[in-house]
Amino acid sequence: MTESTSRRTIDTIWRMESSKIIAGLTRMVRDIDLAEDLAQDALVIALRKWPETGIPDNPGAWLMATAKRRAIDMMRRNKIHDKKVEELSRSSDLFVVDESNDAGDGEIGDDLLRLIFMTCHPILSREARIALTLRLLGGLSTDEIAHAFLVAEPTIAQRIVRAKRTLREAHVEFEVPTGNDLKKRLETVLEVIYLLFNEGYAATSGTSWLRPVLCQEALRLGRILAEVAPAEPEVHGLVALMELQSSRFKTRVTSSGKPILLKDQNRAQWDHLLIRRGLAALERAQSLGRPFGPYSLQASISACHSVARSTEETNWVKIAALYEALSRVLPSPVVELNRAVAVAMAFGPEFGLQLVERLEEEASLKNYHLLPCVKGDLLEKLGRNEEARDAFRFAATLTRNEQEQQLLLRRAAECESTSEGGSV
Amino acid sequence: MRFMMIVKATKDSEAGLPPNPELFEAMMRYNEELAKAGVLIAADGLQPSSGAIRISYPDPGGKPTIIDGPFSEAKELIAGYTLIEVRSREEAIEWAMRMPDPHGFGEGQIELRQVYEGPELTDNPDLIADHAALMAELQKRTQS
Repeated sequence: MTESTSRRTIDTIWRMESSKIIAGLTRMVRDIDLAEDLAQDALVIALRKWPETGIPDNPGAWLMATAKRRAIDMMRRNKIHDKKVEELSRSSDLFVVDESNDAGDGEIGDDLLRLIFMTCHPILSREARIALTLRLLGGLSTDEIAHAFLVAEPTIAQRIVRAKRTLREAHVEFEVPTGNDLKKRLETVLEVIYLLFNEGYAATSGTSWLRPVLCQEALRLGRILAEVAPAEPEVHGLVALMELQSSRFKTRVTSSGKPILLKDQNRAQWDHLLIRRGLAALERAQSLGRPFGPYSLQASISACHSVARSTEETNWVKIAALYEALSRVLPSPVVELNRAVAVAMAFGPEFGLQLVERLEEEASLKNYHLLPCVKGDLLEKLGRNEEARDAFRFAATLTRNEQEQQLLLRRAAECESTSEGGSV
Repeated sequence: MRFMMIVKATKDSEAGLPPNPELFEAMMRYNEELAKAGVLIAADGLQPSSGAIRISYPDPGGKPTIIDGPFSEAKELIAGYTLIEVRSREEAIEWAMRMPDPHGFGEGQIELRQVYEGPELTDNPDLIADHAALMAELQKRTQS
Protein backbone atom coordinates (compact mmCIF):
# COMPACT_ATOMS: atom_id res chain seq x y z
CA MET A 1 0.00 0.00 0.00
CA THR A 2 1.55 3.33 -1.02
CA GLU A 3 1.55 6.21 1.41
CA SER A 4 -1.11 8.19 -0.45
CA THR A 5 -3.49 5.27 -0.82
CA SER A 6 -3.13 4.44 2.83
CA ARG A 7 -3.84 8.08 3.74
CA ARG A 8 -6.92 7.98 1.50
CA THR A 9 -8.05 4.68 3.00
CA ILE A 10 -7.68 6.02 6.51
CA ASP A 11 -9.61 9.17 5.59
CA THR A 12 -12.36 6.99 4.18
CA ILE A 13 -12.55 4.82 7.27
CA TRP A 14 -12.67 8.00 9.32
CA ARG A 15 -15.62 9.27 7.33
CA MET A 16 -17.42 5.98 7.75
CA GLU A 17 -16.78 5.65 11.47
CA SER A 18 -16.43 9.16 12.89
CA SER A 19 -20.09 9.79 13.69
CA LYS A 20 -20.36 6.53 15.62
CA ILE A 21 -17.15 7.27 17.51
CA ILE A 22 -18.17 10.82 18.35
CA ALA A 23 -21.59 9.58 19.47
CA GLY A 24 -20.05 6.92 21.72
CA LEU A 25 -17.59 9.40 23.19
CA THR A 26 -20.28 11.99 23.80
CA ARG A 27 -22.12 9.48 25.93
CA MET A 28 -18.91 9.10 27.91
CA VAL A 29 -17.76 12.68 28.31
CA ARG A 30 -21.12 14.45 27.85
CA ASP A 31 -19.64 17.15 25.65
CA ILE A 32 -19.64 16.99 21.86
CA ASP A 33 -16.75 19.39 21.47
CA LEU A 34 -14.52 17.30 23.69
CA ALA A 35 -15.83 14.13 22.06
CA GLU A 36 -14.87 15.43 18.64
CA ASP A 37 -11.40 16.40 19.85
CA LEU A 38 -10.84 12.96 21.33
CA ALA A 39 -12.03 11.29 18.17
CA GLN A 40 -9.64 13.47 16.17
CA ASP A 41 -6.81 12.41 18.49
CA ALA A 42 -7.60 8.80 17.68
CA LEU A 43 -7.48 9.62 13.97
CA VAL A 44 -4.05 11.23 14.38
CA ILE A 45 -2.79 8.12 16.15
CA ALA A 46 -4.23 5.92 13.40
CA LEU A 47 -2.52 8.03 10.74
CA ARG A 48 0.77 7.48 12.52
CA LYS A 49 0.38 3.80 13.28
CA TRP A 50 -1.60 2.21 10.50
CA PRO A 51 0.86 2.84 7.69
CA GLU A 52 3.32 0.70 9.69
CA THR A 53 1.05 -1.93 11.23
CA GLY A 54 -1.50 -2.13 8.47
CA ILE A 55 -5.17 -1.37 8.92
CA PRO A 56 -6.72 -3.40 11.76
CA ASP A 57 -9.47 -5.90 11.04
CA ASN A 58 -12.08 -3.81 12.74
CA PRO A 59 -10.86 -0.24 12.30
CA GLY A 60 -13.99 1.29 13.81
CA ALA A 61 -13.58 -0.60 17.07
CA TRP A 62 -9.87 0.23 17.09
CA LEU A 63 -10.55 3.95 16.73
CA MET A 64 -13.25 3.83 19.38
CA ALA A 65 -11.04 2.00 21.89
CA THR A 66 -8.14 4.36 21.23
CA ALA A 67 -10.35 7.42 21.67
CA LYS A 68 -11.79 6.04 24.90
CA ARG A 69 -8.30 5.43 26.23
CA ARG A 70 -7.47 9.06 25.41
CA ALA A 71 -10.57 10.16 27.24
CA ILE A 72 -9.58 8.29 30.37
CA ASP A 73 -5.97 9.53 30.19
CA MET A 74 -7.19 13.05 29.84
CA MET A 75 -9.61 12.81 32.70
CA ARG A 76 -6.90 11.36 34.91
CA ARG A 77 -4.48 14.10 33.92
CA ASN A 78 -7.03 16.72 34.76
CA LYS A 79 -7.63 14.90 38.02
CA ILE A 80 -11.32 15.08 37.60
CA HIS A 81 -12.38 12.73 40.31
CA ASP A 82 -15.94 12.16 39.80
CA LYS A 83 -17.58 8.84 40.18
CA LYS A 84 -18.17 8.45 36.50
CA VAL A 85 -14.48 8.69 35.70
CA GLU A 86 -13.59 6.13 38.29
CA GLU A 87 -16.18 3.81 36.93
CA LEU A 88 -14.92 4.34 33.43
CA SER A 89 -11.31 3.72 34.28
CA ARG A 90 -12.22 0.58 36.17
CA SER A 91 -14.27 -0.94 33.39
CA SER A 92 -11.63 -3.01 31.66
CA ASP A 93 -13.39 -3.43 28.35
CA LEU A 94 -12.36 0.07 27.46
CA PHE A 95 -8.76 -1.02 27.30
CA VAL A 96 -9.38 -3.92 25.00
CA VAL A 97 -9.85 -3.57 21.30
CA ASP A 98 -13.12 -5.25 20.68
CA GLU A 99 -12.74 -7.36 17.59
CA SER A 100 -16.28 -8.66 17.31
CA ASN A 101 -18.32 -6.99 14.66
CA ASP A 102 -21.65 -6.79 16.35
CA ALA A 103 -20.56 -5.58 19.77
CA GLY A 104 -23.13 -3.16 21.08
CA ASP A 105 -24.77 -2.70 17.72
CA GLY A 106 -28.00 -1.50 19.28
CA GLU A 107 -26.05 0.76 21.56
CA ILE A 108 -24.25 2.41 18.66
CA GLY A 109 -27.58 3.04 16.98
CA ASP A 110 -28.96 4.59 20.14
CA ASP A 111 -25.93 6.82 20.50
CA LEU A 112 -26.26 7.99 16.91
CA LEU A 113 -29.90 8.80 17.53
CA ARG A 114 -29.01 10.74 20.68
CA LEU A 115 -26.35 12.60 18.73
CA ILE A 116 -28.72 13.68 15.97
CA PHE A 117 -31.25 14.87 18.53
CA MET A 118 -28.45 16.93 20.01
CA THR A 119 -27.17 18.46 16.76
CA CYS A 120 -30.77 19.28 15.76
CA HIS A 121 -31.67 20.69 19.15
CA PRO A 122 -34.28 23.49 19.01
CA ILE A 123 -32.05 25.67 21.16
CA LEU A 124 -29.83 26.11 18.09
CA SER A 125 -30.57 28.26 15.06
CA ARG A 126 -31.57 26.46 11.90
CA GLU A 127 -28.22 27.24 10.25
CA ALA A 128 -26.35 25.98 13.29
CA ARG A 129 -28.31 22.71 13.33
CA ILE A 130 -27.53 22.10 9.69
CA ALA A 131 -23.83 22.87 10.02
CA LEU A 132 -23.40 20.82 13.18
CA THR A 133 -25.31 17.84 11.78
CA LEU A 134 -23.24 17.80 8.60
CA ARG A 135 -20.06 18.12 10.61
CA LEU A 136 -20.71 15.48 13.26
CA LEU A 137 -23.04 13.03 11.54
CA GLY A 138 -21.91 13.52 7.96
CA GLY A 139 -18.21 13.82 8.76
CA LEU A 140 -17.96 16.76 6.34
CA SER A 141 -15.19 19.29 6.90
CA THR A 142 -16.09 22.93 7.59
CA ASP A 143 -14.61 23.71 4.20
CA GLU A 144 -16.93 21.27 2.44
CA ILE A 145 -19.96 22.61 4.31
CA ALA A 146 -18.98 26.16 3.40
CA HIS A 147 -18.67 25.16 -0.26
CA ALA A 148 -22.05 23.48 -0.28
CA PHE A 149 -23.79 26.52 1.17
CA LEU A 150 -21.70 29.08 -0.71
CA VAL A 151 -20.56 30.86 2.42
CA ALA A 152 -17.10 31.61 3.75
CA GLU A 153 -15.36 28.85 5.66
CA PRO A 154 -14.77 30.93 8.84
CA THR A 155 -18.51 31.61 9.00
CA ILE A 156 -19.25 27.89 9.18
CA ALA A 157 -16.40 27.25 11.60
CA GLN A 158 -17.69 29.97 13.89
CA ARG A 159 -21.24 28.69 13.59
CA ILE A 160 -20.13 25.26 14.72
CA VAL A 161 -18.04 26.57 17.61
CA ARG A 162 -20.94 28.68 18.82
CA ALA A 163 -23.41 25.84 18.47
CA LYS A 164 -21.25 23.56 20.58
CA ARG A 165 -20.89 26.27 23.20
CA THR A 166 -24.64 26.85 23.28
CA LEU A 167 -25.26 23.15 23.83
CA ARG A 168 -22.68 23.01 26.61
CA GLU A 169 -23.92 26.11 28.41
CA ALA A 170 -27.51 24.91 28.27
CA HIS A 171 -26.44 21.49 29.63
CA VAL A 172 -28.34 19.78 26.87
CA GLU A 173 -28.79 16.12 27.76
CA PHE A 174 -27.43 13.40 25.52
CA GLU A 175 -30.62 11.42 25.27
CA VAL A 176 -33.57 10.50 23.11
CA PRO A 177 -36.57 12.59 24.15
CA THR A 178 -39.69 10.77 25.22
CA GLY A 179 -43.44 11.30 25.24
CA ASN A 180 -44.78 14.53 23.82
CA ASP A 181 -41.31 15.95 23.66
CA LEU A 182 -40.29 13.29 21.17
CA LYS A 183 -42.81 14.39 18.55
CA LYS A 184 -41.72 18.01 18.64
CA ARG A 185 -38.04 17.21 18.73
CA LEU A 186 -38.37 14.69 15.93
CA GLU A 187 -39.96 17.39 13.79
CA THR A 188 -36.81 19.45 14.13
CA VAL A 189 -34.60 16.51 13.17
CA LEU A 190 -36.70 15.70 10.12
CA GLU A 191 -36.77 19.36 9.15
CA VAL A 192 -32.98 19.58 9.18
CA ILE A 193 -32.70 16.50 6.98
CA TYR A 194 -35.33 17.71 4.54
CA LEU A 195 -33.79 21.18 4.38
CA LEU A 196 -30.48 19.59 3.48
CA PHE A 197 -32.18 17.55 0.81
CA ASN A 198 -33.92 20.55 -0.69
CA GLU A 199 -30.81 22.64 -0.55
CA GLY A 200 -29.16 20.05 -2.74
CA TYR A 201 -32.23 19.31 -4.83
CA ALA A 202 -33.08 22.89 -5.67
CA ALA A 203 -29.47 23.95 -6.21
CA THR A 204 -30.46 27.58 -6.42
CA SER A 205 -27.20 28.80 -7.70
CA GLY A 206 -24.18 28.02 -9.67
CA THR A 207 -21.91 25.19 -10.33
CA SER A 208 -21.17 24.01 -6.83
CA TRP A 209 -20.23 20.38 -7.22
CA LEU A 210 -21.07 19.77 -3.60
CA ARG A 211 -24.78 20.39 -4.03
CA PRO A 212 -25.67 16.81 -4.93
CA VAL A 213 -23.64 15.76 -1.93
CA LEU A 214 -26.20 17.49 0.28
CA CYS A 215 -29.00 15.47 -1.28
CA GLN A 216 -27.14 12.24 -0.86
CA GLU A 217 -26.14 13.13 2.66
CA ALA A 218 -29.76 13.90 3.55
CA LEU A 219 -30.89 10.63 2.03
CA ARG A 220 -28.16 8.73 3.86
CA LEU A 221 -29.07 10.36 7.19
CA GLY A 222 -32.73 9.60 6.56
CA ARG A 223 -31.96 5.97 5.79
CA ILE A 224 -29.88 5.69 8.97
CA LEU A 225 -32.64 7.33 11.00
CA ALA A 226 -35.14 4.82 9.63
CA GLU A 227 -32.89 2.04 10.96
CA VAL A 228 -32.34 3.53 14.42
CA ALA A 229 -35.86 4.93 14.93
CA PRO A 230 -38.01 2.40 13.05
CA ALA A 231 -41.13 3.02 15.14
CA GLU A 232 -41.63 6.59 13.89
CA PRO A 233 -43.92 6.76 10.85
CA GLU A 234 -42.81 10.24 9.83
CA VAL A 235 -39.20 9.08 9.61
CA HIS A 236 -40.27 6.53 6.99
CA GLY A 237 -42.49 9.17 5.42
CA LEU A 238 -39.55 11.51 4.98
CA VAL A 239 -37.35 8.73 3.62
CA ALA A 240 -40.11 7.79 1.19
CA LEU A 241 -40.46 11.40 0.07
CA MET A 242 -36.73 11.77 -0.54
CA GLU A 243 -36.41 8.41 -2.33
CA LEU A 244 -39.34 9.24 -4.61
CA GLN A 245 -38.11 12.74 -5.40
CA SER A 246 -34.61 11.40 -6.02
CA SER A 247 -36.04 8.93 -8.50
CA ARG A 248 -36.70 11.89 -10.82
CA PHE A 249 -33.27 13.49 -10.53
CA LYS A 250 -32.16 12.61 -14.01
CA THR A 251 -35.33 13.59 -15.80
CA ARG A 252 -36.18 16.95 -14.32
CA VAL A 253 -33.82 19.10 -16.42
CA THR A 254 -32.69 19.08 -20.02
CA SER A 255 -29.03 18.66 -20.83
CA SER A 256 -28.82 22.45 -21.14
CA GLY A 257 -30.28 22.86 -17.67
CA LYS A 258 -33.84 23.83 -18.58
CA PRO A 259 -36.44 22.47 -16.19
CA ILE A 260 -38.77 19.74 -17.44
CA LEU A 261 -42.23 19.66 -15.90
CA LEU A 262 -43.43 16.45 -14.31
CA LYS A 263 -45.96 15.88 -17.07
CA ASP A 264 -43.26 16.11 -19.75
CA GLN A 265 -40.68 13.94 -18.04
CA ASN A 266 -39.64 10.67 -19.56
CA ARG A 267 -41.07 8.27 -17.03
CA ALA A 268 -39.09 5.35 -18.37
CA GLN A 269 -35.99 7.15 -17.17
CA TRP A 270 -37.18 7.54 -13.61
CA ASP A 271 -35.10 5.49 -11.22
CA HIS A 272 -37.41 2.57 -10.57
CA LEU A 273 -35.19 1.15 -7.88
CA LEU A 274 -35.62 4.34 -5.86
CA ILE A 275 -39.35 4.35 -6.58
CA ARG A 276 -39.55 0.84 -5.20
CA ARG A 277 -37.61 1.90 -2.13
CA GLY A 278 -39.85 4.93 -1.68
CA LEU A 279 -43.02 2.87 -1.92
CA ALA A 280 -41.60 0.34 0.55
CA ALA A 281 -40.75 3.11 3.02
CA LEU A 282 -44.26 4.49 2.65
CA GLU A 283 -45.66 1.04 3.36
CA ARG A 284 -43.57 0.86 6.52
CA ALA A 285 -44.98 4.23 7.60
CA GLN A 286 -48.47 2.95 6.95
CA SER A 287 -47.95 -0.34 8.76
CA LEU A 288 -47.29 1.55 11.98
CA GLY A 289 -50.97 2.38 11.98
CA ARG A 290 -50.86 6.02 13.02
CA PRO A 291 -52.35 8.98 11.15
CA PHE A 292 -50.08 10.35 8.43
CA GLY A 293 -48.04 13.48 9.13
CA PRO A 294 -46.89 16.03 6.55
CA TYR A 295 -43.97 13.97 5.20
CA SER A 296 -45.96 10.77 4.77
CA LEU A 297 -48.70 12.74 3.05
CA GLN A 298 -46.30 14.48 0.70
CA ALA A 299 -44.68 11.13 -0.01
CA SER A 300 -48.11 9.64 -0.74
CA ILE A 301 -48.75 12.41 -3.26
CA SER A 302 -45.37 11.85 -4.83
CA ALA A 303 -46.10 8.12 -4.94
CA CYS A 304 -49.29 8.74 -6.95
CA HIS A 305 -47.12 10.29 -9.65
CA SER A 306 -44.50 7.57 -9.36
CA VAL A 307 -46.91 4.74 -10.10
CA ALA A 308 -48.78 6.54 -12.90
CA ARG A 309 -47.79 5.85 -16.48
CA SER A 310 -48.74 9.36 -17.62
CA THR A 311 -50.39 12.58 -16.43
CA GLU A 312 -53.71 11.33 -17.81
CA GLU A 313 -53.46 8.04 -15.99
CA THR A 314 -52.62 9.73 -12.69
CA ASN A 315 -55.05 9.26 -9.82
CA TRP A 316 -55.89 12.96 -9.42
CA VAL A 317 -58.88 12.29 -7.18
CA LYS A 318 -56.59 10.62 -4.69
CA ILE A 319 -54.03 13.42 -5.01
CA ALA A 320 -56.72 16.05 -4.39
CA ALA A 321 -57.82 14.16 -1.27
CA LEU A 322 -54.24 13.86 -0.07
CA TYR A 323 -53.68 17.60 -0.55
CA GLU A 324 -56.79 18.24 1.47
CA ALA A 325 -55.42 16.04 4.26
CA LEU A 326 -52.07 17.80 3.95
CA SER A 327 -53.70 21.22 4.22
CA ARG A 328 -55.12 20.10 7.55
CA VAL A 329 -51.86 19.01 9.13
CA LEU A 330 -49.85 21.69 7.38
CA PRO A 331 -52.22 24.57 6.55
CA SER A 332 -50.47 26.65 3.90
CA PRO A 333 -51.56 28.68 0.89
CA VAL A 334 -48.97 26.88 -1.23
CA VAL A 335 -50.45 23.50 -0.32
CA GLU A 336 -53.87 24.97 -1.08
CA LEU A 337 -52.70 26.09 -4.51
CA ASN A 338 -51.42 22.62 -5.22
CA ARG A 339 -54.74 21.26 -4.10
CA ALA A 340 -56.46 23.59 -6.58
CA VAL A 341 -54.37 22.13 -9.41
CA ALA A 342 -55.20 18.58 -8.33
CA VAL A 343 -58.91 19.40 -7.98
CA ALA A 344 -58.90 20.90 -11.47
CA MET A 345 -57.26 17.77 -12.87
CA ALA A 346 -59.67 15.51 -10.98
CA PHE A 347 -63.00 17.33 -11.33
CA GLY A 348 -62.54 20.00 -14.00
CA PRO A 349 -60.92 23.46 -14.27
CA GLU A 350 -63.95 25.37 -12.93
CA PHE A 351 -63.61 23.68 -9.52
CA GLY A 352 -59.90 24.41 -9.39
CA LEU A 353 -60.55 28.01 -10.35
CA GLN A 354 -62.92 28.49 -7.42
CA LEU A 355 -60.12 27.53 -5.04
CA VAL A 356 -57.62 29.74 -6.84
CA GLU A 357 -59.89 32.76 -6.62
CA ARG A 358 -60.28 32.23 -2.92
CA LEU A 359 -56.48 32.18 -2.61
CA GLU A 360 -56.16 35.56 -4.32
CA GLU A 361 -57.21 37.16 -1.08
CA GLU A 362 -54.31 35.50 0.69
CA ALA A 363 -51.75 38.21 1.52
CA SER A 364 -48.81 35.82 1.62
CA LEU A 365 -49.37 34.82 -2.01
CA LYS A 366 -49.58 38.40 -3.34
CA ASN A 367 -46.20 38.15 -5.03
CA TYR A 368 -46.24 34.44 -5.72
CA HIS A 369 -46.10 34.11 -9.51
CA LEU A 370 -47.40 30.56 -9.55
CA LEU A 371 -50.83 31.72 -8.38
CA PRO A 372 -51.66 33.81 -11.48
CA CYS A 373 -49.82 31.21 -13.54
CA VAL A 374 -52.17 28.45 -12.37
CA LYS A 375 -55.10 30.81 -12.74
CA GLY A 376 -54.13 31.59 -16.34
CA ASP A 377 -53.81 27.93 -17.08
CA LEU A 378 -57.29 27.13 -15.72
CA LEU A 379 -58.89 30.13 -17.45
CA GLU A 380 -57.34 29.08 -20.72
CA LYS A 381 -58.75 25.60 -20.31
CA LEU A 382 -62.16 27.17 -19.73
CA GLY A 383 -61.78 29.16 -22.95
CA ARG A 384 -61.65 32.51 -21.14
CA ASN A 385 -58.62 33.58 -23.14
CA GLU A 386 -58.52 37.30 -22.45
CA GLU A 387 -58.59 36.78 -18.71
CA ALA A 388 -56.02 34.02 -19.11
CA ARG A 389 -53.75 36.36 -21.06
CA ASP A 390 -53.96 38.98 -18.30
CA ALA A 391 -53.18 36.37 -15.67
CA PHE A 392 -50.08 35.14 -17.56
CA ARG A 393 -48.90 38.74 -18.09
CA PHE A 394 -49.36 39.48 -14.42
CA ALA A 395 -47.50 36.30 -13.48
CA ALA A 396 -44.63 37.37 -15.75
CA THR A 397 -44.22 40.60 -13.77
CA LEU A 398 -43.83 38.61 -10.56
CA THR A 399 -40.96 36.34 -11.53
CA ARG A 400 -37.35 37.39 -11.89
CA ASN A 401 -36.34 34.22 -13.62
CA GLU A 402 -35.83 35.15 -17.24
CA GLN A 403 -36.61 31.77 -18.76
CA GLU A 404 -39.81 31.61 -16.84
CA GLN A 405 -40.78 35.16 -17.75
CA GLN A 406 -40.37 34.35 -21.43
CA LEU A 407 -42.45 31.22 -21.06
CA LEU A 408 -45.27 33.14 -19.36
CA LEU A 409 -45.24 35.90 -21.98
CA ARG A 410 -45.32 33.31 -24.72
CA ARG A 411 -48.36 31.73 -23.13
CA ALA A 412 -49.99 35.19 -22.85
CA ALA A 413 -49.33 35.74 -26.55
CA GLU A 414 -50.87 32.36 -27.41
CA CYS A 415 -54.05 33.34 -25.55
CA GLU A 416 -54.12 36.58 -27.49
CA SER A 417 -53.89 34.97 -30.91
CA THR A 418 -56.63 32.49 -30.03
CA SER A 419 -59.01 35.15 -28.77
CA GLU A 420 -58.36 37.42 -31.80
CA GLY A 421 -59.07 34.52 -34.06
CA GLY A 422 -62.47 34.45 -32.42
CA SER A 423 -62.37 30.74 -32.06
CA VAL A 424 -64.13 30.87 -28.68
CA MET B 1 -22.07 7.16 -6.21
CA ARG B 2 -23.42 3.71 -6.67
CA PHE B 3 -21.41 0.54 -6.73
CA MET B 4 -22.36 -3.04 -7.30
CA MET B 5 -20.65 -5.78 -5.38
CA ILE B 6 -21.03 -8.84 -7.52
CA VAL B 7 -20.62 -12.20 -5.86
CA LYS B 8 -19.37 -14.84 -8.28
CA ALA B 9 -20.86 -18.29 -8.45
CA THR B 10 -19.23 -21.42 -7.06
CA LYS B 11 -19.82 -25.14 -7.30
CA ASP B 12 -22.12 -24.92 -4.26
CA SER B 13 -24.14 -21.96 -5.45
CA GLU B 14 -24.51 -23.60 -8.83
CA ALA B 15 -25.71 -26.77 -7.11
CA GLY B 16 -28.35 -24.69 -5.37
CA LEU B 17 -26.92 -25.41 -1.92
CA PRO B 18 -27.65 -22.77 0.73
CA PRO B 19 -24.67 -21.20 2.51
CA ASN B 20 -23.72 -22.80 5.82
CA PRO B 21 -25.35 -21.26 8.93
CA GLU B 22 -22.23 -19.32 10.00
CA LEU B 23 -21.83 -17.74 6.60
CA PHE B 24 -25.54 -17.03 6.39
CA GLU B 25 -25.42 -15.26 9.73
CA ALA B 26 -22.30 -13.30 8.77
CA MET B 27 -24.04 -12.19 5.58
CA MET B 28 -27.13 -11.09 7.47
CA ARG B 29 -24.99 -9.16 9.92
CA TYR B 30 -23.09 -7.53 7.09
CA ASN B 31 -26.28 -6.47 5.33
CA GLU B 32 -27.58 -5.05 8.57
CA GLU B 33 -24.39 -3.07 8.96
CA LEU B 34 -24.81 -1.70 5.44
CA ALA B 35 -28.41 -0.72 6.19
CA LYS B 36 -27.49 0.95 9.47
CA ALA B 37 -24.83 2.97 7.70
CA GLY B 38 -27.50 4.13 5.24
CA VAL B 39 -25.63 2.77 2.22
CA LEU B 40 -27.61 -0.36 1.27
CA ILE B 41 -29.80 0.08 -1.81
CA ALA B 42 -30.57 -3.47 -2.86
CA ALA B 43 -29.27 -6.99 -2.42
CA ASP B 44 -30.38 -10.19 -4.08
CA GLY B 45 -29.23 -13.72 -4.58
CA LEU B 46 -29.66 -15.48 -7.91
CA GLN B 47 -30.87 -19.00 -8.51
CA PRO B 48 -28.44 -21.45 -10.13
CA SER B 49 -27.85 -21.22 -13.85
CA SER B 50 -29.58 -24.58 -14.36
CA GLY B 51 -32.79 -22.60 -14.70
CA ALA B 52 -31.26 -19.91 -16.90
CA ILE B 53 -31.12 -19.34 -20.61
CA ARG B 54 -28.41 -17.57 -22.54
CA ILE B 55 -29.19 -15.48 -25.58
CA SER B 56 -26.32 -14.71 -27.90
CA TYR B 57 -26.00 -12.96 -31.23
CA PRO B 58 -23.24 -14.72 -33.15
CA ASP B 59 -24.14 -13.10 -36.48
CA PRO B 60 -24.44 -9.31 -36.48
CA GLY B 61 -27.99 -8.45 -37.47
CA GLY B 62 -28.92 -12.12 -37.44
CA LYS B 63 -31.20 -14.13 -35.20
CA PRO B 64 -30.07 -14.92 -31.66
CA THR B 65 -29.01 -18.34 -30.49
CA ILE B 66 -30.62 -19.56 -27.30
CA ILE B 67 -28.83 -21.97 -25.00
CA ASP B 68 -30.36 -23.51 -21.90
CA GLY B 69 -28.45 -23.64 -18.61
CA PRO B 70 -26.69 -24.87 -16.62
CA PHE B 71 -23.53 -23.18 -17.80
CA SER B 72 -20.23 -24.74 -16.95
CA GLU B 73 -17.80 -21.93 -16.19
CA ALA B 74 -18.89 -21.08 -12.58
CA LYS B 75 -16.32 -18.32 -12.10
CA GLU B 76 -17.85 -16.31 -14.90
CA LEU B 77 -21.35 -16.63 -13.48
CA ILE B 78 -22.99 -14.43 -10.90
CA ALA B 79 -24.56 -15.76 -7.72
CA GLY B 80 -25.79 -12.49 -6.26
CA TYR B 81 -25.23 -8.77 -5.96
CA THR B 82 -25.38 -5.96 -3.44
CA LEU B 83 -25.96 -2.41 -4.59
CA ILE B 84 -24.59 0.34 -2.36
CA GLU B 85 -24.65 4.14 -2.45
CA VAL B 86 -21.50 5.67 -1.02
CA ARG B 87 -19.56 8.91 -1.03
CA SER B 88 -16.37 7.74 -2.68
CA ARG B 89 -14.70 4.90 -4.52
CA GLU B 90 -12.55 4.30 -1.45
CA GLU B 91 -15.65 3.87 0.68
CA ALA B 92 -17.01 1.32 -1.76
CA ILE B 93 -13.72 -0.59 -1.60
CA GLU B 94 -13.81 -0.47 2.19
CA TRP B 95 -17.31 -1.93 2.25
CA ALA B 96 -16.41 -4.58 -0.30
CA MET B 97 -13.42 -5.58 1.84
CA ARG B 98 -15.75 -6.04 4.79
CA MET B 99 -18.07 -8.41 2.98
CA PRO B 100 -17.65 -11.93 4.31
CA ASP B 101 -15.94 -14.49 2.05
CA PRO B 102 -19.05 -15.45 0.09
CA HIS B 103 -18.46 -19.20 -0.22
CA GLY B 104 -15.36 -20.31 1.53
CA PHE B 105 -13.45 -23.34 0.21
CA GLY B 106 -11.16 -20.99 -1.66
CA GLU B 107 -13.76 -20.23 -4.29
CA GLY B 108 -15.11 -16.93 -2.98
CA GLN B 109 -14.84 -14.02 -5.36
CA ILE B 110 -16.36 -10.54 -5.22
CA GLU B 111 -16.22 -8.03 -8.02
CA LEU B 112 -16.78 -4.34 -7.36
CA ARG B 113 -18.16 -2.24 -10.21
CA GLN B 114 -19.26 1.38 -10.35
CA VAL B 115 -22.72 2.15 -11.72
CA TYR B 116 -23.21 4.84 -14.39
CA GLU B 117 -25.26 7.79 -13.18
CA GLY B 118 -26.49 10.91 -14.91
CA PRO B 119 -26.12 14.54 -13.84
CA GLU B 120 -28.07 15.45 -10.77
CA LEU B 121 -28.28 19.21 -10.65
CA THR B 122 -31.18 21.45 -11.42
CA ASP B 123 -32.19 25.06 -11.34
CA ASN B 124 -35.88 24.41 -11.75
CA PRO B 125 -37.48 27.62 -10.46
CA ASP B 126 -40.84 25.96 -9.76
CA LEU B 127 -39.30 23.36 -7.53
CA ILE B 128 -37.21 25.94 -5.74
CA ALA B 129 -40.18 28.24 -5.11
CA ASP B 130 -42.41 25.36 -4.11
CA HIS B 131 -39.99 23.91 -1.67
CA ALA B 132 -38.93 27.26 -0.26
CA ALA B 133 -42.55 28.20 0.45
CA LEU B 134 -43.39 24.83 1.92
CA MET B 135 -40.28 24.91 4.06
CA ALA B 136 -41.02 28.41 5.33
CA GLU B 137 -44.41 27.17 6.36
CA LEU B 138 -43.02 24.10 8.06
CA GLN B 139 -40.52 26.27 9.87
CA LYS B 140 -43.25 28.58 11.12
CA ARG B 141 -45.15 25.62 12.47
CA THR B 142 -42.14 24.15 14.17
CA GLN B 143 -41.47 27.43 15.92
CA SER B 144 -45.03 28.09 16.98
